[in-house]
Amino acid sequence: MNMRITKHPILGDIEYDRKVKIYVDGQELEAIEGEMIASALLAAGIKTFRYTKKHHAPRGIFCGIGRCTDCVMTVNGMPNVRTCVTPVEEGMRVETQHGCGKWKEGAGDE
Amino acid sequence: MRVWDIVVVGGGPAGLCAAIEAAKNGARVLLIDENSRPGGQLFKQIHKFFGSAEHKAGVRGLEIGLQLLKETKELGMDVWLNSKVCGIYDDNVLWVVKDERKSFQVKGAAVILCTGAVENSISFEGWTLPGVMGAGAAQTMINVNRVLPGRKVLMVGSGNVGVIVSYQLLQAGAEVAAIVEAAPRLGAYGVHTAKVRRAGVPFYVSHTIVRAEGDGKVERAIIARVDERFKPVDGSEIAINVDTICLATGLTPLAELAWIAGCKFVFNRVLGGHVPWHDRYMATSKKGIYIAGDITGIEEASTAMEEGRLAGVSAAAAIGLIDTERLEKIAGEIWERLDALRCGPFGENRKIAKQQVMAGGDEQ
Ligand SMILES: Cc1cc2nc3c(=O)[nH]c(=O)nc-3n(C[C@H](O)[C@H](O)[C@H](O)COP(=O)(O)OP(=O)(O)OC[C@H]3O[C@@H](n4cnc5c(N)ncnc54)[C@H](O)[C@@H]3O)c2cc1C
Ligand code: FES
Repeated sequence: MNMRITKHPILGDIEYDRKVKIYVDGQELEAIEGEMIASALLAAGIKTFRYTKKHHAPRGIFCGIGRCTDCVMTVNGMPNVRTCVTPVEEGMRVETQHGCGKWKEGAGDE
Repeated sequence: MRVWDIVVVGGGPAGLCAAIEAAKNGARVLLIDENSRPGGQLFKQIHKFFGSAEHKAGVRGLEIGLQLLKETKELGMDVWLNSKVCGIYDDNVLWVVKDERKSFQVKGAAVILCTGAVENSISFEGWTLPGVMGAGAAQTMINVNRVLPGRKVLMVGSGNVGVIVSYQLLQAGAEVAAIVEAAPRLGAYGVHTAKVRRAGVPFYVSHTIVRAEGDGKVERAIIARVDERFKPVDGSEIAINVDTICLATGLTPLAELAWIAGCKFVFNRVLGGHVPWHDRYMATSKKGIYIAGDITGIEEASTAMEEGRLAGVSAAAAIGLIDTERLEKIAGEIWERLDALRCGPFGENRKIAKQQVMAGGDEQ
């Protein structure tokens, strides 16, 4: 499924030449350099980003501007990353988060 | 701790204009925004603005945004991106977290808060399903990220954001199945509503959403007619197959920093709830703290820009860069433009609401 808007009456047409690879739950996914993680997922038709702790209910994007934390996922071993305001990077590992997620040892260190 | 003449929090239309105006008048300015790109909500506004040429009418939000960014660059101010202001202490000292990992304290002789607003949501059965989102979220996805959050959308709310985003969804190639409005009348400017109507989108007034259904994601919306007390009428349910439900149910000023700073607040329904009190120079009750844009009450990018300019000039005057006479002259001109923008059936209400806020309103 490709949900990208490549043709647009106001914004014009667009062709992407700078792409990066990210891994979503282990699966390789092509993303556009500089775009937000949430955007890369929606472009591929992925809508469920995490499951809640108690009821294991699915959640996806809600505010799209970093306010509500509904879109959080585990990114490079670091849980609770807001995917709607975090840009993709080459080789990034993005995982569907269950509950509050788990820290991978060393994640987030520089 | 580093010190600037003026620190502006938030790089939307209000903050950009405040920073530009302050810098033009010789202030050393730091502009802080939490995003990786400045512009706030401006770059998602691809529609043409209203008003006169002075208000950049006929120009699209994103073009105005590019122009403002160019001016910020030319003026050579300091801009910190990926930086959140998390606290505010006495004497205009701000606590900033940069890149999620570094903590700083910065101080401004004057501070201008331009933090914008957050969308309201309404709750109903199934509202947490993936596929239910703010109208602004959908707008961000289609106009900034250029991805469709879904193919077939139900819009809840017929105010400006609801109809503008509906039209933009159509432009982006999505189908808008319907727009529902709980009130008996449509809420947006006629021009925007007419465009969506001409595109054949059905409007349901006196209707609301009662349920979102689907297996793990939105597959259907159930809407129903409401009575005079906004209660759904039994037996009036209609099922509409959609994969996305957008909520355009208003915005609330994002004013936490003003609360923390101890600013006096006023409640005003028309402006979106609790807003910091301010005077005609956009000064709050706390010395050295100014506000502009949606934090002062929900309006539009055009008014946010004028308020930003006013706050920038006033803050520059407060630190002695502009004399009283010039301040009065500029403030007078800006107020003329603000009054011109706040006209018509919706604008008039906002103008009155603003006067109530400045007069003090009900103190909270
Ligand atoms: C999602 C959304 C869509 C909208 N779409 C439209 C539209 O199509 N048409 C229309 O007329 N109006 C729209 N509005 C209303 C809009 O808010 C105004 O038009 C205008 O953008 C307000 O300008 P502003 O500068 O006050 O706020 P904003 O443009 O929201 O800018 C505020 C900026 O401050 C940043 N910020 C907030 N808090 C902090 C902090 N603590 N630290 C660092 N940075 C911070 C924010 O991330 C943001 O970048 C929309 C609002 C939202 C929320
Ligand atoms: S969708 Fe709300 S924080 Fe990302």
